[in-house]
Amino acid sequence: MRRFSGVAIAGLAVAVALLGAPFAMAADTPNPPADLKAFQKYFKDKFPKVKFEDFVNGPYSMDEGLYKQWKEKEEFPPYEFALDFGKELMAKPFKNGKTLADCFPNKGIGIRQDYPHFDAKQGKVITLELAVNQCREANGEQPYSYVKDEMAAVTAYMAYTSRGKVFDVKIPDDPRALAAYENGKRYFYTRRGQLNFSCATCHVQSPGERIRAEVLAPALGILNAMPIYRSEWSGMGTTSRRFTSCNSQVRAVPLKPQDEEYRDLEYYLSYVSNGLPISGPGARP
Amino acid sequence: MSRSLSALAVVLTLAGFAASAHAASTESDYKAAYAAAESANAEAHKLRNQWTTAVSALKAAKMAAEAGDFDKATAQAKKSEQLSKAAIFQTNEQKENWKLMEIR
Repeated sequence: MRRFSGVAIAGLAVAVALLGAPFAMAADTPNPPADLKAFQKYFKDKFPKVKFEDFVNGPYSMDEGLYKQWKEKEEFPPYEFALDFGKELMAKPFKNGKTLADCFPNKGIGIRQDYPHFDAKQGKVITLELAVNQCREANGEQPYSYVKDEMAAVTAYMAYTSRGKVFDVKIPDDPRALAAYENGKRYFYTRRGQLNFSCATCHVQSPGERIRAEVLAPALGILNAMPIYRSEWSGMGTTSRRFTSCNSQVRAVPLKPQDEEYRDLEYYLSYVSNGLPISGPGARP
Repeated sequence: MSRSLSALAVVLTLAGFAASAHAASTESDYKAAYAAAESANAEAHKLRNQWTTAVSALKAAKMAAEAGDFDKATAQAKKSEQLSKAAIFQTNEQKENWKLMEIR
């Protein structure tokens, strides 16, 4: 009887564990389409007056006064010089005679919405910035700085030629791609730095609120406007610059631009903004 | 007489507290504090969650030691160690708790 009781208790424990398992697993099994749906619904519910496609305009979609200022600013946009410079760099021959444009489908025109993507051969997420430098290095050229100047100009031009095309980031049926997506999601929600902030603290919990003089942008569509001209920077900055400066602002030592975590973060954030149009380059206060 | 003794005892006690509060740090105190801070910083770095303030305090400790101010150097090294320990705690605490913030 004592033995039976032991077996029965063990059996009961296994049964309970098995019954509970599907629920626990369901919550933790990666499901990007469900994430996307929940993510977009959260922002639509939080800001019912904001048109879906306006989320790409960041703080301007949250504040009427800022929206008016931005519309006026767009008449003589501060990123205009970057577009001309970027166009020039795309066509400028390398020492071997090839150009940056040669490395991309359709010579790099109208393709921004397809980045980042998971590259099965390299086994990692390839962002547009990484693709630009991989092209340069493959052709014997020095890589650009990831945060501003030439990189910002080239990606600004590529974004500009893609305006209106909707983000179409894919998670292929490859466990490595799913792991990268999950890693990006984890990074987005993980608190770090002395201020104990995650990316979500500002861009999920508090969009539309002010942090000092700035109005916080919603995470939905936040990368569609990249790269951006920021008055705070007095110049252009890339997605890499945005990520590293966000980390510094919460008093966390930034990782290196294009480190795996940042590329995966870009993958996650871009995927959950699928369906929103490219609006870059943007201009922000 | 007993009042004088009591007063003296109070004065000596207070002086004792003051002296112990301002006990000068030695170079070896600094070296021990710096080594502990460096180790905690290295661990936070390995976890990819160093705090800028921990790094700054470590640098400040080294600069103060180079200037011969071992009180300041030791205090900064201890501050750096505590900040790095907090970063390590944060990293471990967030290993699962990041999910609490996730939009589902």
